[in-house]
Amino acid sequence: MRVAVIGVGMTKFGKHPDKSLVDLFADAFFEALEDANIELKNVEAIYFGNFVGEMTDGSANLSGFVADEVGLKNIPAIRYEGACASSSVAFREAVRAVKAGYYNCVAVGGAEKLLSAGTAIGTRALATAVDGVYEMTAGLTFPGVFALAARYYAKKYEIPLQKLREMMAYVSVKNHKYGAVNPKAQFYGKYGDLKVEDVLNSRMICSPLTLLDCCPMTDGGSAVIVANEKFAKEVCGDPVYVLGTGQASGGSLFRQGEDIIKAIPRKIAAEMAFREAKITPKDVDFVEVHDCFTIAEIIALEAMGFFEYGTACYATAEGVTSIDGDLPVNPDGGLIGKGHPVGATGTSQIYTAVKQLRNEFKWNQVKDARIAMTDTLGGDFGTLVNIILGVD
Amino acid sequence: MFMEFFNSLLEGKLLGMKCKDCGSYTCPPKHTCNSCSSRNLEKTILSGKGTVKTYTITYVAPMGYEKEVPYVVALVELDEGPWIIGRLDVDPKIAEENDLTDKRVSIFAKEMPSEMFYPMKEKRIVPYFRIEG
Ligand SMILES: [Zn+2]
Repeated sequence: MRVAVIGVGMTKFGKHPDKSLVDLFADAFFEALEDANIELKNVEAIYFGNFVGEMTDGSANLSGFVADEVGLKNIPAIRYEGACASSSVAFREAVRAVKAGYYNCVAVGGAEKLLSAGTAIGTRALATAVDGVYEMTAGLTFPGVFALAARYYAKKYEIPLQKLREMMAYVSVKNHKYGAVNPKAQFYGKYGDLKVEDVLNSRMICSPLTLLDCCPMTDGGSAVIVANEKFAKEVCGDPVYVLGTGQASGGSLFRQGEDIIKAIPRKIAAEMAFREAKITPKDVDFVEVHDCFTIAEIIALEAMGFFEYGTACYATAEGVTSIDGDLPVNPDGGLIGKGHPVGATGTSQIYTAVKQLRNEFKWNQVKDARIAMTDTLGGDFGTLVNIILGVD
Repeated sequence: MFMEFFNSLLEGKLLGMKCKDCGSYTCPPKHTCNSCSSRNLEKTILSGKGTVKTYTITYVAPMGYEKEVPYVVALVELDEGPWIIGRLDVDPKIAEENDLTDKRVSIFAKEMPSEMFYPMKEKRIVPYFRIEG
């Protein structure tokens, strides 16, 4: 039996100092529940993604509190941690449990509060996703990981670094343009008319990446309702189906050697998802990829099989990945424009994919979209999840 | 084995593992060969020489590392094959204004203050790369 997504919800991404992690999940959960038009008692389990609640809010054992908060006392509730891919890992596990017949209907989501934590704690918290011994002692940060990748990309593919920086800037310009029209985005109404020069000239964070090459720190929550086909058809006529999923893992960045620009675990995860969905990259109408940094979007699109290695930068600069291009990428603004509340990011990508496939993403709708793919990256290519969704 | 690795590095010795099955090197040491996953490994001291593959100048540091900015993090390919991470012992301005990739380097270690979450609570030992010539 197929597995479907029957409801989606997300908070506005941005700053929420007045909400706890549990509150942020609950807000998104009830939006998803109403969207699915089901009753609370239909939800049999909660799959909850959170990365660094310990460091930002002093809270770790969150799943029970989340379940209790939404009124689902005593149901199985599990916290999943896979860095930035936490809720995508949770989603994939939920899909597998429903497919296996353990549940008819479950909730999946995530919450994170990095913006309220401040830059110093936020940067340290994010850095817990790198190798804690060898990479941490060198002071490697997350912008640092992708700065290393960017310089190596330029070298390996024989592109002058300045030329690559300009092409990377198009990712930021595009994603900010789409984030600026998305009411749920952190930068709604802001940076909609950014220029390449603005990106190049903004403050240097980790050379060669500037502030506008980076996604922001974000507070937010997201949730989706996953059900088997039978239950899905009872409550909504034409649901969005999960066509395929894939997941793979990788070790420390330095152990990956020259593959740091090839993201091999992502290649494996994407191929797994394509195989299960019985489709090829050509069949995908648009993608939600993990653009934690501008170069990250470029590397992701190549590893997933949409472009040859070393070429997605040119395609991006030519507009191939814009809303009216051959392969729209991150029509919701992506992590750069929409924001990146780490544990909530994966299911927020599902949120966008589902809204687009239902033709409900009116502020930046991809025309005639029938198949969508999401891509979430945890750590320095440590946890990779790809999900393919589609409508009949 | 990270304590042994760092303490050896302080004495100027770069500790790695040589695989008795496929002949390749793993550095820093791991339970398994980084190439073939074999556990049939023996400790060995590597040359400590290599080539800069990529680097970044970090201006925004995590909590606990603020006093060290700006610093230059680099990935170096050792002559024996493995890539290793550390810091380039160079003025960040020079790293910013020049292309230091492909430069030949040798490895050494510096002791620096630890921080709340780092596994070694007394001090951090940081691999550094000195540019040769
Ligand atoms: Zn071996």
